Amino acid sequence: MTRRARLAVDIGGTFTDIALELADGSRVAAKTLTTPQAPEDGVLKGVEETLQSARLSPVDIGVVIHGTTLATNALIEKRGARTALLTTEGHRDSLEMAYENRFEQYDVMIDRPPPLVPRWLRLPVRERLNAQGEALIALDETSVAGIIPVLESESVESLAIGFLHSYANPLHEQRAAEIIAGALPRLSISLSSQVAPEIREYERQTTTVANAYVRPMMERYLRALERALAARGFCCPFLLVTSGGGLCTVETAATYPIRLVESGPAGGAVLAASIAQRLDLPAVLSFDMGGTTAKMCLIDKFEPATARVFEVDRSYRFKKGSGMPIRIPVIELVEIGAGGGSIAHVDALKRIEVGPKSAGADPGPACYGLGGVSATVTDADLVAGRIIPAHFAGGTIMLNGQAASQALTREIGTALGLDAEASAFGVGEMVDESMAAAARAHAAEQGKDIRRRTMIAFGGAAPLHAARLAEKLSLDRVIIPEGAGVGSAIGFLLAPASYEIVRSLPMRLEALDGDRVAGMFAQLRLEAEGVVSAAEPAAALIEIRTAFMRYVGQGYEVAVPVIPPSLAEDEEFVPLLKASFETVYRAYYGRVIPGMAIEVLSWSLRLSARPNAPAPVKATALTRDVAPKSTRDVFDAGSGRRLCYGVFARESLEQGDRVEGPALIVEAQTTCVVTARFDAIVDNARNIVMTRKAAP
Amino acid sequence: MSAVDQIRLQLLWSRLIAIVEEQAQTLMRTAFSATVREAGDLSAGVFDTRGRMLAQAVTGTPGHVNAMAASVGCFLKKFPIEALDQGDVLLTNDPWEGTGHLNDFTVVTPVFRGGKAIALFAATSHIADVGGLGFGPDARQIYEEGLLVPISRLFRKGEANATLIELLRANVRDPQAAEGDLYSLAACNEAGAARLLETLDEFGLDGLDDVGAVIIGNSRAAMLEEVRRVPFGRYEYSMRIDGYDAPVDLVAAVTVGAAGVDVDFTGTSGVSGHGINVPLTYTQAYASFGVRCVVGNMVPNNAGSLGVVRVAAPEGSILNAPRPCAVSARHTVGQMLPDVVLGALSKAIPERTPAEGASCLYLPVLLGGRGIGGGDDFIVNPFFTGGAGARPGKDGLSCTAFPSGVRNTPVEINEASAPVVIWRKELRTDSGGAGRLRGGLGQTLEFGHAAGAAFAVSKMFDRIDHPARGRDSGGDGGAGAAHLDNGARMRGMGRDIIPPGRRLIVETPGGAGIGDPRLRDRDSLGQDVRAGFVSAAAAKLVYGSE
Repeated sequence: MTRRARLAVDIGGTFTDIALELADGSRVAAKTLTTPQAPEDGVLKGVEETLQSARLSPVDIGVVIHGTTLATNALIEKRGARTALLTTEGHRDSLEMAYENRFEQYDVMIDRPPPLVPRWLRLPVRERLNAQGEALIALDETSVAGIIPVLESESVESLAIGFLHSYANPLHEQRAAEIIAGALPRLSISLSSQVAPEIREYERQTTTVANAYVRPMMERYLRALERALAARGFCCPFLLVTSGGGLCTVETAATYPIRLVESGPAGGAVLAASIAQRLDLPAVLSFDMGGTTAKMCLIDKFEPATARVFEVDRSYRFKKGSGMPIRIPVIELVEIGAGGGSIAHVDALKRIEVGPKSAGADPGPACYGLGGVSATVTDADLVAGRIIPAHFAGGTIMLNGQAASQALTREIGTALGLDAEASAFGVGEMVDESMAAAARAHAAEQGKDIRRRTMIAFGGAAPLHAARLAEKLSLDRVIIPEGAGVGSAIGFLLAPASYEIVRSLPMRLEALDGDRVAGMFAQLRLEAEGVVSAAEPAAALIEIRTAFMRYVGQGYEVAVPVIPPSLAEDEEFVPLLKASFETVYRAYYGRVIPGMAIEVLSWSLRLSARPNAPAPVKATALTRDVAPKSTRDVFDAGSGRRLCYGVFARESLEQGDRVEGPALIVEAQTTCVVTARFDAIVDNARNIVMTRKAAP
Repeated sequence: MSAVDQIRLQLLWSRLIAIVEEQAQTLMRTAFSATVREAGDLSAGVFDTRGRMLAQAVTGTPGHVNAMAASVGCFLKKFPIEALDQGDVLLTNDPWEGTGHLNDFTVVTPVFRGGKAIALFAATSHIADVGGLGFGPDARQIYEEGLLVPISRLFRKGEANATLIELLRANVRDPQAAEGDLYSLAACNEAGAARLLETLDEFGLDGLDDVGAVIIGNSRAAMLEEVRRVPFGRYEYSMRIDGYDAPVDLVAAVTVGAAGVDVDFTGTSGVSGHGINVPLTYTQAYASFGVRCVVGNMVPNNAGSLGVVRVAAPEGSILNAPRPCAVSARHTVGQMLPDVVLGALSKAIPERTPAEGASCLYLPVLLGGRGIGGGDDFIVNPFFTGGAGARPGKDGLSCTAFPSGVRNTPVEINEASAPVVIWRKELRTDSGGAGRLRGGLGQTLEFGHAAGAAFAVSKMFDRIDHPARGRDSGGDGGAGAAHLDNGARMRGMGRDIIPPGRRLIVETPGGAGIGDPRLRDRDSLGQDVRAGFVSAAAAKLVYGSE
């Protein structure tokens, strides 16, 4: 079979990014505006344009891969279906009580995000299971039937069912769904025992409710897009990117659309992981900085860090706890409100503060001249000399340096007695400082070290700030890949078909029921295989089993690899699992607690199609120093003064070229700042590799 | 100072805050005690060599705010900075020199640069068990509450104090966890110290004097600026709560002036014969937190900002209980203090202050097994919240911890860890104080033994006889309650047995309302009735709905 071209489409809030990988492995990228009213129109338009410019037709495409923020946006903008929730009698308010805490200690005016289902649509059913999944009260079918008229009179479009302990026994949920589907066959029904079969009722319910809330809309959208692609002559598989950085079919995506949230950032992390593998970098920090936020991810041994819970819509300054927790397998990123458009001001303590508010694209930074008066990070970058006005966005937006200076002086300088340049220095330093702090805190939270990592930076604003951020984090190497502006879409092209299922089956290690565990894993494998084989029928499969374990009585579990996976029924299984737990625990906490009982709360199975190992990049054998054609005065934050930076065009640099810092390497979408403490070379894959100069 | 230097000091300030946040994060990740990990019952901070706090992590408990800061002063009094060596680590859990009860251990570590002490890191965390009667209000004197470790060396020049550790291990129920937690405290200070030294290298500085001056000066100025926006005057307020076996009056005068805010608790009831007494440091923490919630809440905690709010209580009152009073459950009274302070401030800045709320967390300790009702031994200590008071322009939050910042434990986790069934956990209709702005709702809980055996409950519940009081014609919050499913009522404090087959019902209090309920917006009232937050009967009777 000849290799065919592959196409990836990433719908974001403002832009839809498209990446096309041709049969020879080369790539073409494009951006179009997102069309929020009918997103499929924007996708189709962009796809057609990209194909035209590459002189390809739909039949030449081997696969279309799609990532979208539509589900996320529907959750944030509360545009989902009218949803009801069936709960266990006596427990209808978990969704509203949440964690019973406040995410901001000192603000008495905060509100928790309102539940997606109001109390009158949270409908109690008489039934009760215990933690072992045994029925304390059998499902009262009459009480289920009694709910049908309510669902009708309230015009409920989507139903979630979330009974207590349903992770341990799904039968009550299944039977309730059956009764209701019998009467209301067109009603969309999501079961908590299928969407998120994990212990902890609040998180299981929010996840199931969120799934139900976006499901009718996502199902319509995905089917419409699938039909439209077919009508245009695409006869290839159409796959969706999940928050865990894997691919699944439309069928799976339409049933569990909640798994699609946060797929864009996941694409970025997949790209970074792939670059890490090609360059053989076992410890990486990926750094993605756009207009509004910066996202960072730790990537060890070419695998992005993963988590099982994600918060949608952190509505209070991106603060942890201010969003809606969703329990899905997700790539673990730290996200803060720091981007090119982030607005700077001086607080009551006479400190410069940057973000989380962003001027966005309209009116945008002061220097855009579109009526923006706020001083933003981009204004600071311009005044500091890091952005060359004539080259910004390939020359499509003429930047106004005077407007930027005025905004900085007015918003920052006046209050602190600084001129525009010093204000720009302050703004740039504060935004880099807060990203550095977020990266360190994120690493500390995971018990990992931030130092000795290589940074891989992409996104419009990242190359401007990467080197200085690396200085603050004591990192010695920074990679700026080619085509960094559409990093997520390129990442989609690299993602394997994969599916992960987590199931709670709490057991103490000393009383572990190996047969039950083996049976459960067999079942998970079957379910996952259904998803992955549908997406990539002939692929070789990799299975990863994980146990989420803790000492009895602890609050959180650690993820423990179950190796080798086939031993669930063997005698050796428990001692091996214990040893594995202790290894992980020691790495994380520095010690183990001899003699304390250990338990497993949940188990997960991830099945992936084996990805093609990316071709390793050979080290650049020869480097030659290149001299700048021009120079420019740029404020060098690390030196605290203006220095003479060499200026280079990225497209004119060739593999093996070596640029001595300080320098600017300019391209259409962004500029790479090589600070005075770094030098840069262009490697054999055309990445810019910045390396810290040896200490003088 | 050049512009660049000026900005560098600001950066260093941000960095210090990031360092203590990271220090707290390290502690939270490595702690054994569930309340530390899940509920953030810890604190961490960096101090200059004079013991002035420069930065403190924002964590789940206001109870350590400036209590830990005061504590470092006590450490330096006993061990002057000149007497300390590199590798020394100090420790105490003295309630009067730490943070108010024996469960809280504070560890202080000096940082050396070029052979000279330049800073101190301190961290406090809650250790689940310290021996004695265990966590609860029933002791009569501190001696019954567990082991007290006076300020001493945990490490001397890098060497662990083996005698101290052995002594501690011999006196607590879970020696593994206790020892582990002490090492976590020392380790998080060490992590903070290492990061500080790196940072000073990066910034090319020898110490923290310059940045300390900026932090303290700017914070103090910003805080005073905020105080000056409050009308000056003396504002009084008093609140009666249930107490252990006799009501307790909490009386405060809050004086706002150009030099700051003074809170004086003169007139407050005397000490209790049981473990609900509050050492002064803990009083200072919660009273000062009450002020900071509404005045200067964006100013970070440090010696500059904290010094602007001063708190005093007469010795011998329940808010300045002397040794050897029992103090284990000091939170039941301490958590009420923000209500008192906010009540006083509501006379000056009503547009910023919430009404009284449930405030005190309901922390039933459920236990069973041998000697109680038979079956497997178990002990669980979940917590449950009531409603918060209505706020200016907004209803109160239902079932939300305030002033404490802790997080609940899921029903499914509680049921998986103990033979307990929580049959009901639901919002309590009509428990939110009526008002133009409604108070938050409390909740109803129903507990049974999974096998129908007898079990025991140790209670620390207040606001059963004295609910949160409404403001400006707003209604009171619903009173708390504890009873059996056959209606037999129980007292709010102390230990009781739930007979075989019976269930325990606990109702947490609601928050108070603000303003005349008949003026409540009719759409909001309609929603409340539809949701069942307000009953149709109450809507008619109290809110005057047609």
